[in-house]
Amino acid sequence: MLYLLAQAAEGAAETAKGLSSIGAGIGYGAAAIGPGIGIGIVVGNAITAMARQPESAGMVRTTMFLGIAFTEALALIGFVVFILLKFA
Amino acid sequence: MSVAFLAALEFPSIKHLVDWEDLALKGTPLAINKVVLLMWLAAIIVFVLFIVAGKRARSEAGLVPAGVQNIVEFGIDFVRNDIILQTMGPQGLGWTSFLSTMFFFIFFCNIFEVIPLIQFPVNARMAVPFVLAIFVWVIYNTVGIKSQGLGGYMKSILFPPGVPKFLRPLVAFIEIISTILVRPFSLAVRLFANMLAGHLLLVTFGVLSAALFTKTVLAVILPLPFAMLILLTGFEILVAVLQAFIFTILTAVYIGGAMNPEH
Repeated sequence: MLYLLAQAAEGAAETAKGLSSIGAGIGYGAAAIGPGIGIGIVVGNAITAMARQPESAGMVRTTMFLGIAFTEALALIGFVVFILLKFA
Repeated sequence: MSVAFLAALEFPSIKHLVDWEDLALKGTPLAINKVVLLMWLAAIIVFVLFIVAGKRARSEAGLVPAGVQNIVEFGIDFVRNDIILQTMGPQGLGWTSFLSTMFFFIFFCNIFEVIPLIQFPVNARMAVPFVLAIFVWVIYNTVGIKSQGLGGYMKSILFPPGVPKFLRPLVAFIEIISTILVRPFSLAVRLFANMLAGHLLLVTFGVLSAALFTKTVLAVILPLPFAMLILLTGFEILVAVLQAFIFTILTAVYIGGAMNPEH
């Protein structure tokens, strides 16, 4: 009986570990959706602007990198959560 | 802790991702590990680079830039024209030395990622970007209070112009959280996570290539991960420059925003 309980507890620990891994994977995947779309919109519009007005390309590029940096931060926070769930 | 391990000739265990072994002063808060050594190396490189280039620029030979002077002048020119003048305007030129030092330090910390025998980006440890972000946080708040006064600075943070009256409490709440908490946090996490993710990508394909380097038939697919490893190394050089640029330009944006309130 005790042996069975110990085995069940071990199984539960294993299950918890597996679930946290699954959660980490799904969490990172979900966190990457929004920023992916967002960076696409930022860069796409920047390219449109540069194609229309090549003389403003320098300014547009700087602003584009700023926009990418802000958008990308969300995906990176997702990545950090992944690392924390998986290894910490 | 062997020499082969320090020189990145063998792969560390996965627990080193969050916990690196100490080399000296073990167990104390001042313990020294590979990351600390690399950080000192980056600081020394920046220091020597600027001293040497500055000496050359002041001598007669400096009239025609060459060698190290070229690199430093290019970097400072880049910080001046593409970062400061684009975000802070001419009145931010006093920050050139601070921002270019920061740019070069972060760049050298990052570029260690692809240098053989080192292959570790210092900024993939949260401590380094975090301290840099706190540094920036203190500076832009000090600049804001100095140039606008405590009341004026709080007012410009809390109540950005052009907000309808009934939305003001909500906007004030969001703005104070964004300025006090989210800015330094996202500044640090952006640099840290980018470098760590790049490092893990390189490690993944490095381990895969090493595992396939056998005399069995599996060696046929070895070129695929190896080609990917080479491509990613090039990509990581780009990321190292880009992240140094982004950290510096965001610092410039924050300091510029603190100097000049929006009207």
